[in-house]
Amino acid sequence: MSFSAPTALRWLVPTIAVGLTLLPGCFTNKQHQGERLYVQHCAGCHGEQGEGLGRLIPPLAGSDYLAGHRTQLACIVRQGLRGPIVVNGVSYNQEMLGVQDTATHRHLSPAQITNLLNYIEGHWGNHPGPAGARTIAGTEAELRACGER
Amino acid sequence: MQISVLRRGLLPLLAGALLLASCQEEPRRLPILGERDVRENPKGGPADTIFATVPAFRAHDQNGQLVTNQNFAGQVYLTDFFFATCPGICPKMNGELLKVYKQYGQTPGLSFVSFTIDPDHDSLAVLRDYAQRLGAPTNANWRFVRTSKDSVFTLAHGLYTAAMPDKTAPGGFAHNGTFALVDDQGHVRGLYDSLNPTQVQALLTDLPVLLAEVKERQKKS
Repeated sequence: MSFSAPTALRWLVPTIAVGLTLLPGCFTNKQHQGERLYVQHCAGCHGEQGEGLGRLIPPLAGSDYLAGHRTQLACIVRQGLRGPIVVNGVSYNQEMLGVQDTATHRHLSPAQITNLLNYIEGHWGNHPGPAGARTIAGTEAELRACGER
Repeated sequence: MQISVLRRGLLPLLAGALLLASCQEEPRRLPILGERDVRENPKGGPADTIFATVPAFRAHDQNGQLVTNQNFAGQVYLTDFFFATCPGICPKMNGELLKVYKQYGQTPGLSFVSFTIDPDHDSLAVLRDYAQRLGAPTNANWRFVRTSKDSVFTLAHGLYTAAMPDKTAPGGFAHNGTFALVDDQGHVRGLYDSLNPTQVQALLTDLPVLLAEVKERQKKS
């Protein structure tokens, strides 16, 4: 038994229609949210390619500090960082502010922090942790550990 | 038919291009910014226009050298206002100035001056350390300077830079990232927001225009 041409068409049209309505979901702005957040909040000091600035601002590109402090990164984004640190053998001691949305003065949400860190850990010679890309649940757990939510 | 359309279209275009070209013969001059005062000439004739100049200052740089307006007489210089512990815009701002320095730093008759607005904290040793960490050249024409609190805020005002203590601002000071371009006679000739790439680009194109004007003036005198 074979489908007659009209039967095939009857199925094809709704399939395409459903496909077309679902497709835009794949192209929301959220997809590049991590990169946009980086450009908006981080690139000014850390550089467009995560290169840092002299011995004032540490690099994020190929940074051993990122790899060694994975579980603290969400809290650093939220709360900032004070005091001396060593990155790739160079010492830095410049205060970093916690990241806030400049317009609303609201903290970045766990979802935003997740996308931001996945972007940073997926670029410039950095690598995601052994468990792979971050999840929102993972970020929330990290934030709870430093008294944030 | 087609040719006549072309001719009709081309001729005005050509004329326009010629007119434009004639406009460009006069070299571009940067405006003199700020207040001006018109004084009558006691001997008669046209009145003199007196333009505002940068307020007098007396400061010390990261190497302990005295720096005053006199150091820059006959020179073009570029200023910004920062503080070493600034967690906000300063690294970005001085990073941008570093880019300008890398392009124009070796130009004779051009200096760079970064004033600290937190002289209580930023000793000369702190300034020296900051300059080195930024990657600024050590013994050259980029001076990181410290003066009294009063004079630095007066100076910032005179260079159209917003700067004031503010407990609610990051690091305790509210300020903006203005670069001021000052000519050989102490007139402010350009103001640029260092956080805006278009304005930094404008500065890079304005700098040679001003340097050429000063060179021309010094040739005449």
